[in-house]
Amino acid sequence: MESSYMTLLSLIVFLPALGALALAFFPREKTETIKVFSLVVTAVVFLLTVVMALPGEGVWQFDTAVSDMQKVFSVGWIPSFNIDYFMGVDGISFPLVLLTTFITMLSMAASWPIEKHVKAYCMLFLVLETGVLGVFLALDFFLFYVFWEVMLLPMYFLIGVWGGPRREYAAIKFFLYTLLGGVFMLIAILMLYFASDLKLLNKDQLVAAHVISASAAAEEQEAQLAEIQSADDPVHTFNILALQQLGQHTEAFNSEILGKSLQWWAFLLLLVGFVIKVPSVPVHTWLPDAHVEAPTPISMILAGILLKLGGYGIIRICYPICPQAGYDLAYFVCALGVVSMVYGAFAALAQKDFKRLVAYSSVSHMGYVVLGIGVWSAVAGNNFNPDAWKMGMNGAMFQMIAHGVASPGMFFIVGIVYERVHHRNLDQFGGLFAKMPVYSGLAFVIFFAGLGLPGLCGFIGEVFVTLSVWTYSHALAVVAASVVILTAAYILWTLQRVYLGPEYKGPHGDHLTPITSRELAIAVPIAVFAIVLGVYPQSVFRYMTPSVDQTVDALAAWTEREKPAGEETQTAQRPAVEQTARVRLPHVNKTP
Amino acid sequence: MSLYDLMHSLTADSMRSVGGFEGELVLCATIVLILLLRIPRLTSRIDSFYVMLVGSAVALYMAGPWHPVEQPSQLFTGLLINDTFTVYFRTLLLFFAVLFAIFTRISGVPDRDAAPDVYALVLGATLGMCIMASANNALMIFLGVEMASVPSYALAGLLKGRRQSSEAAIKYAVYGAGTAGIMLYGISLLCGVLGSAHIPTMGVRLAELLQPANLEAGVGLDTHMVLALGGLMVMVGLAFKLSAVPFHFWCPDVFEGASAEVNAFLSVASKAAALALLARVAIGFGYIAPPIETQAEEQVALFNVADEPAQQPETKEQEAKPPAEEEEVLLVEEPSGSAAAFSPLADRAEQIAALAPARDYLAWVLAFMAMITCTFGNLAAYGQTNIKRLLAYSTIAQAGYMMMPVPAAMVLAGSNPAAAQGAIQAMVFYAGAYLFMNLGAFAIVAFLRNVLLSEEIEDYAGLIRRAPITVICFSLILVSLIGIPPLAGFVGKFQIFSALVQAKLWIVLLVAGLNTAISLYYYLRVVKTMTIDPEPETRRPVSMSFIPGTYVVLVSVPLLILGIWPESLNALARMATGQLF
Repeated sequence: MESSYMTLLSLIVFLPALGALALAFFPREKTETIKVFSLVVTAVVFLLTVVMALPGEGVWQFDTAVSDMQKVFSVGWIPSFNIDYFMGVDGISFPLVLLTTFITMLSMAASWPIEKHVKAYCMLFLVLETGVLGVFLALDFFLFYVFWEVMLLPMYFLIGVWGGPRREYAAIKFFLYTLLGGVFMLIAILMLYFASDLKLLNKDQLVAAHVISASAAAEEQEAQLAEIQSADDPVHTFNILALQQLGQHTEAFNSEILGKSLQWWAFLLLLVGFVIKVPSVPVHTWLPDAHVEAPTPISMILAGILLKLGGYGIIRICYPICPQAGYDLAYFVCALGVVSMVYGAFAALAQKDFKRLVAYSSVSHMGYVVLGIGVWSAVAGNNFNPDAWKMGMNGAMFQMIAHGVASPGMFFIVGIVYERVHHRNLDQFGGLFAKMPVYSGLAFVIFFAGLGLPGLCGFIGEVFVTLSVWTYSHALAVVAASVVILTAAYILWTLQRVYLGPEYKGPHGDHLTPITSRELAIAVPIAVFAIVLGVYPQSVFRYMTPSVDQTVDALAAWTEREKPAGEETQTAQRPAVEQTARVRLPHVNKTP
Repeated sequence: MSLYDLMHSLTADSMRSVGGFEGELVLCATIVLILLLRIPRLTSRIDSFYVMLVGSAVALYMAGPWHPVEQPSQLFTGLLINDTFTVYFRTLLLFFAVLFAIFTRISGVPDRDAAPDVYALVLGATLGMCIMASANNALMIFLGVEMASVPSYALAGLLKGRRQSSEAAIKYAVYGAGTAGIMLYGISLLCGVLGSAHIPTMGVRLAELLQPANLEAGVGLDTHMVLALGGLMVMVGLAFKLSAVPFHFWCPDVFEGASAEVNAFLSVASKAAALALLARVAIGFGYIAPPIETQAEEQVALFNVADEPAQQPETKEQEAKPPAEEEEVLLVEEPSGSAAAFSPLADRAEQIAALAPARDYLAWVLAFMAMITCTFGNLAAYGQTNIKRLLAYSTIAQAGYMMMPVPAAMVLAGSNPAAAQGAIQAMVFYAGAYLFMNLGAFAIVAFLRNVLLSEEIEDYAGLIRRAPITVICFSLILVSLIGIPPLAGFVGKFQIFSALVQAKLWIVLLVAGLNTAISLYYYLRVVKTMTIDPEPETRRPVSMSFIPGTYVVLVSVPLLILGIWPESLNALARMATGQLF
């Protein structure tokens, strides 16, 4: 079993890298062949994940009934540091993996206009995909970090070589920000590693963390347990699941450093590393530059996938490993999300560059993700009812997927028009509807999805997050809800300036040809998904909800154990909500 | 002990010691051979490259880790120590010598006329470095450093016609002489107070001096300042070899003036030996190594005064004498006023505990130096336009990183020797990875110099279109120097960071982390110039021939391999540090 899981996940992760290796032997001039080959590789990877998503009981099928990690395998890699080649997938990572392979395939298809150094482009592109998929599937913290950093160099070159006029500045800025975040993360990883000790866990917890194989015979399990327990020194681990168990069930990460607990520092360092990627205000400034300068397909990847890594890291690592710190800093995290939402929306309103506007809309939309994750609503005051938090975290996850569909679409829409008229100045657009009706129709669908119009994918995530915040903090909820108005303002205003109006008066007006079939083939699936996810969100929720709920339940149980009523240190003004009440709909006018 | 007995046991000891000294002896023979072969007309036509290559390869074979060292042993009456740590660094140095010989052959510097001189100097310096790595006696520290340095001064002036080169050599020599003097003074202070030049004995003496009873009673306090000063002065000499701030001024000038080949030698071999020596000195004075089980009768206790408790510490060195006379000086008996301070301690654990103040002192001095060195090197590298100067500052910064595990080991040694061993292991690993990184970098600089006739970074613009393989390898090397996975530099840095976390040296850790981010910019600038920038129109056609290209690939590929499967080098590093704690 384990070996077939290993084949499956390794294939998904490393097939793109192998493709890149194979590309090295292609002749440089055969650009068309190289592009087709790369597209085929990304398509095969996508198909593999689709096979996983299909309903069924097969070894390769993702089981939606299981909330724990599945398809788990572990092979020793660097024994001196207990580092394993350890991967698995659950409902939190699987939708993101699916999103990654889907968007990567589409953006490879969107890469056809690239004419410069095609071979190098495709190789870097495929290596990038390996890095992203590796991050989502890795369960060993070291492995996670390696994949996390492996992405940087391809991304640097993809922006720096194939980007716009200020590409070098944008590329190095992206690299510096992310590397700095990565260094903080590395420090936190090491702090957690050296504080961890598998000996503190009991057998059930070790089995849950896959340290002890669940499928092994009872005697074998006992032998493995005895081996761990008999070690003289602490048994450190990079196993993310074991670190979660240690964080939630033991005192391992509570030692004091410089006046705060170890997990407080680790949480903060990890959070900085992740929110740089998300990105949240005030560490978001690399994003507008990177987006504006990156070529269209890379913008799609950046917005659609790379930003999700930050949110994924917070859900998978920050909260489950450092619950105490997460509890203490919950309000801070939520406030970070709300500030990003408001700031991003206002900044988007002020933009004159079409692509920059979309970039700031990403900052705003990803704020929902941070906010939704941070809603620690399970407190003594409401009898540790985790429902609102579940709603928030599910909303955050859904928002990641929705944004992962809508935002690449928006960048692609911008890219189509930029390719024709070679400018992105919002003031010089207008009247595109008349010249490119099909394109404009798709643009409306995708932009409305970004806006959060009911019936389209953006709505579900936003409304879930906003509702969940109400139980946590009225103030934040009111602010978060009012951001919808700002979002509507900048998107509608943009649509008005670009597509409506009598006629196009800007430069290169005669180049405004109708959308090509290749472009349609990319834009239509995005638009379709934007509608399907909006109408039938259960299609995504059925994969993610069990795992997300389990994560929240574990943290709520931790809160109940560690923060019983009376001892609670209040960090936020929390309303007394009737215990049984489900979250009620606040009166927010969602329609623009 | 009669003269006969002394001679007898000395002979026996020397014969026994030769076994652990074969690599060095082969080096000596090779040097002599290179020098003699040029005299007779018949043999003068033999290319000394082959002698160098065969000599260093044989030395590598004789000294390599495939001859397991079960037990550390002291050589030549305790002057040197032959343990796995020695073996590792000796292997590293000799392996480098082999690679270096091939490198110089491909790059064509030195030419055939200068080759015998250069190879003799290189091997001589390597010999000195081997001694640095195995020094077990304060005298050998000095001798090793000098033996490594003096040939390096000459090597720096290798390009005889170039004014810059001569200037670099003079600067290097003057600086080296100055710091050597200071270090010798420091050594004499330490030996004087502690009554021995044998480092393990000095460690024991220091423990006795610093034992809690003494500190409480205020005995021997007058010597503490002398010891601190002596320690600091020894650090000066080591810092010079490591090019640590503030003794780094020679480094950029020498690197710019000297040829890239010499730079490779100075930055890899010299630095590795200096690191090994730094670890030896720090452990020697901050920790008591496990006792060496030897045939005590055979061991001549020339320097090992601690073995003779009846005798009082007799040495008080008056002034720095030339090394040859020094051993007699050490034996001059002189009643010591503070002898009462040296009351023996019960066991090793107590001695180690007593050394805590020494460890703290070393940890803080070294941590401070490492942080400054790292930060300064990285910041100064920003403005550089010459690739050799940039790499010079890069080596300064890298020296800072590589020093960091030593203070971590000092912090950990008292409470957790296993973790301290891990810290030194990190340094040892990094030194191994560093060999490939800097040898590769300077080899590429040399090969590009041959085709471009330039060492300015701006002349590398757009080179990827002309020499893609070389540029990709150079990029890999530079990225490895930043410390980004999956390259060997990252694994090294990861281990250094883990040592710092274990030692809870948060400030050092933060500085190291920030420095990684700082260093990104200038390393990446070189990569960017080579890959993204457009080609200058005036450049002559560039083409990299097959052999240099192959060499470059062979030197860079290990970075990737060690980055993904670091366990092999890890195992070697663990073996190397296994006998230290």
